[in-house]
Amino acid sequence: MTEAADLASSYDLVVIGGGPAGLAAAALAARAGVSTVLFDENPGVGGQIYRGITSTPITNRGVLGEDYWAGAALAAEAKASGALIVTGATVWSLDPSLQVGVAIAGRARLVQAKRVIVATGSLERPFPIPGWTLPGVMTAGAAQTALKAQGLVPKGHTVVAGAGPLLWLLAAQLLRGGAKIEAILDTAPRLNWLRAVAHLPDFALSAYWSKGLALLREVKAKAPVIRIANLEALGDDQVREVAFDGRRLPADLLLLHQGVVPNVNLAMAAGIEHRWNARQLCFEPVLDEDFGSSVPGIAVAGDGAGIAGGTAAAERGRIAAIAAMRALRPEAAVADTQAIRQKLQREEMGRAFLDWLYRPADALRQPVGETLACRCEEVTAQQVRDMARIGCEGPNQMKAFLRCGMGPCQGRLCGLTITELIAAERDSTPAEVGYYRLRPPVKPITLAELASLPIAEAERKAVER
Amino acid sequence: MARTADVLVIGGGLHGCSTALHLALRGLKPILVEKDYAGRHASGVNAGGVRQLARHLAEIPLSISSMEMWEHIEELVGDDCGFESHGTVLVAEDDAELAGFRARVDDLRLRGFIHEELIERAELKRLVPAVADHCPGGVVSRRDGAADPFITTQAFRRRAVEKGAEMIEGATVTGLARVGGTWRAETSAGPIEAPKVVNAAGAWADRIAAMLGEPVPLEVIAPMLMVTSALPAFIQPVVILRGRKLSFKQRANGTVVVGGGHLAQPFRDENRTVLDWNRLAVSAQTVWELFPVMREATIVRAWAGIEARMPDDIPVVGPSAMSEGVYHQFGFSGHGFQLGPGTGAMMAELVATGSTNVPIDGLGIQRFAGARG
Amino acid sequence: MFRRLGDTGATLTLTVDGKEIRARIGDTVAAAMLAAGIGRFRTTPVSGAARAPYCMMGVCFDCLVTIDGIGSRQACLVPVREGMAIETQQGKREAGR
Repeated sequence: MTEAADLASSYDLVVIGGGPAGLAAAALAARAGVSTVLFDENPGVGGQIYRGITSTPITNRGVLGEDYWAGAALAAEAKASGALIVTGATVWSLDPSLQVGVAIAGRARLVQAKRVIVATGSLERPFPIPGWTLPGVMTAGAAQTALKAQGLVPKGHTVVAGAGPLLWLLAAQLLRGGAKIEAILDTAPRLNWLRAVAHLPDFALSAYWSKGLALLREVKAKAPVIRIANLEALGDDQVREVAFDGRRLPADLLLLHQGVVPNVNLAMAAGIEHRWNARQLCFEPVLDEDFGSSVPGIAVAGDGAGIAGGTAAAERGRIAAIAAMRALRPEAAVADTQAIRQKLQREEMGRAFLDWLYRPADALRQPVGETLACRCEEVTAQQVRDMARIGCEGPNQMKAFLRCGMGPCQGRLCGLTITELIAAERDSTPAEVGYYRLRPPVKPITLAELASLPIAEAERKAVER
Repeated sequence: MARTADVLVIGGGLHGCSTALHLALRGLKPILVEKDYAGRHASGVNAGGVRQLARHLAEIPLSISSMEMWEHIEELVGDDCGFESHGTVLVAEDDAELAGFRARVDDLRLRGFIHEELIERAELKRLVPAVADHCPGGVVSRRDGAADPFITTQAFRRRAVEKGAEMIEGATVTGLARVGGTWRAETSAGPIEAPKVVNAAGAWADRIAAMLGEPVPLEVIAPMLMVTSALPAFIQPVVILRGRKLSFKQRANGTVVVGGGHLAQPFRDENRTVLDWNRLAVSAQTVWELFPVMREATIVRAWAGIEARMPDDIPVVGPSAMSEGVYHQFGFSGHGFQLGPGTGAMMAELVATGSTNVPIDGLGIQRFAGARG
Repeated sequence: MFRRLGDTGATLTLTVDGKEIRARIGDTVAAAMLAAGIGRFRTTPVSGAARAPYCMMGVCFDCLVTIDGIGSRQACLVPVREGMAIETQQGKREAGR
């Protein structure tokens, strides 16, 4: 196990995130002789899509499907490449000078990089419904993680709700694992078809087409699917029932999912410019064709660059690594990215259709009343709407008035909601309203960890009065 | 067509908003121009210390008059601003420091100032039970406390508008010149004319001063702060140190704010700062030594505000030395928050009547005459 | 809420609020607690509401527990070890814990 004291003070390439993008990037760069370190905060690599890939207790390959097992090759490649792979390593800071702050087992270090690839992936879009903070309400991804990494399967009354391709994949995996799903509540608005259909031809040519249809058939054969418009989780200190469209079902576990969005916290804290993607309804970094960001030396690869899925992530990681190698070793011969870009293009085909078909309903992104908009500080949608109406123009002012965004999650589960609520109340757009101003530390660090940074005596003397 | 006002106030920090409010209370019509939004910079993101303790002599009269207003802040601006008073304690870390503090307190008393009180070990432990055992005593200023900086600035802004001030936000002053017997400011929202101008532009005030041919050696600094997750209440007064940089306070919601003036790197034309983690680590080590109970506290956020510092660490307050009708109110060097209410009232008196009862000797811009910016 | 699929393999023992639970090598603290049927990890500092894991991937911060005396650790990111002492958190975490 690598400890903080084992780290060098600098590396040519620091890769942050051990999902498909990070693994592919680190493997490629390290094989070419670039001194590379990869940090991931989880106990093992794989990110979300390949979670637990090196340690899963699931032995029946059919449960998770072949796409999952493809991750094993990526993990093995990275391990064999010579890159230093450090798990249990939380990166809490990245600044424009490419200084990386990392904490391992209670000790912090600052590592200097010549190039950085941010591959921190995506997270599930917030799903603010009444009762969404009750124990027993989790994301679909949470159940998937529990299945892949620990071989856990839901028991009791399980209801799945939401929209998006991952919803069907998860439902299929859970059912194969022996879970009984009471119902799948499909929240994708019917009218989405009108906008999606224009992109159907591209989608029909993509890999998603046949895989998607097969998954849908598999799931519908084993669990009832009900189209719904509204949804509530009911219970006192734990979810007991789910209410929707005037009906109720008992539920011990409610799994929510309405798509994934880039996890922007580290990239924004590093000062990287972002823009609003009106089709995918999220903020994403502004990148060049090599996934280079507005901060020289920092690239963003994988779903963090914009939602495109796991296979695309690996290709993006490779392109970013090749660009980093070109910058670090201008004299060396570097692979041509043509073939990789073609693969990437094929992966990205069909994305538009899925984005429109599964575009989450406005009502499920922009809550009202007592529904919590900010989980950490327990700020309601009504409070946010009222404050926006009386003149609060942006999320940073909202933060200062209501404390939304000031809790430990640093806006990961409320940022999009707050921005959309302000835009809705003020007749503006998320692009104009903007997002929280994010700063390091992007993950909390203890005073002890910060105090453990080795500081030269000279530096200490310099800051005394 | 230029907008006109009785007074143009440049800068929407606490000082600008306070001055605008007090001018409006005197029946004058101010227009305040702010390049971002009120409280966007140092005023809205500082540690919130409402402190009389450990001030330079030249600031003390303004500090005392300000403290009176803090104690009636809800009456003044219609909001309690989160102000709570449990005193500020300056902790001595060894006997030599304590001796120095004793001399200071004695000197203040000779001058008629009684707000600072020397305390010995027992009283220190009573006021601050969590402080490390090796500290022999300190100084306490019992009326001191802390407030919410953004809420306070916004409250002054709101009340100023209610009383007749006009606020123009998102507009930058690009030029300032005497035109036909009055002052004319070119701004990105159009020209504004007024016979009187108050330069309360914070970290950008040197630019306004330069437009008047009155350069000042203003340094742009970015003091850093850290805040922890909520902890059960364990400390009431605000604690500061002299020998090392630390200011330390626990708010009503349980979070602890650690400041003290370690500096980040500012980029004032981009409204951004880059934190210096080595310096924050020194800050963490100071807290570690002084408050052992904080060792496993979790830091959830760190930030820095953009502020102006003058070479002698005291502000520029008073009439321009060169331009009639122009007044300066900037350069608070990281400790202007508590002075906001009183300085605004004093400035309004000065602008409206030509003089003020509050002594502001030693704070004038003329002390920099001969110094290039 | 959750049960284990198949043989649990190598196990170890932890305590949660003083009570022993079994866990599997490779579990995160959060997974072990959920598998043991624990449905409340903490109560919030703002209103005292009960919370349990929401995301299981380190972004929601609802799984915060005290582990071996160190408070507010994300249980979904910490692998279990033999003899770990876990405490659920009530409201504001103690300073120094």
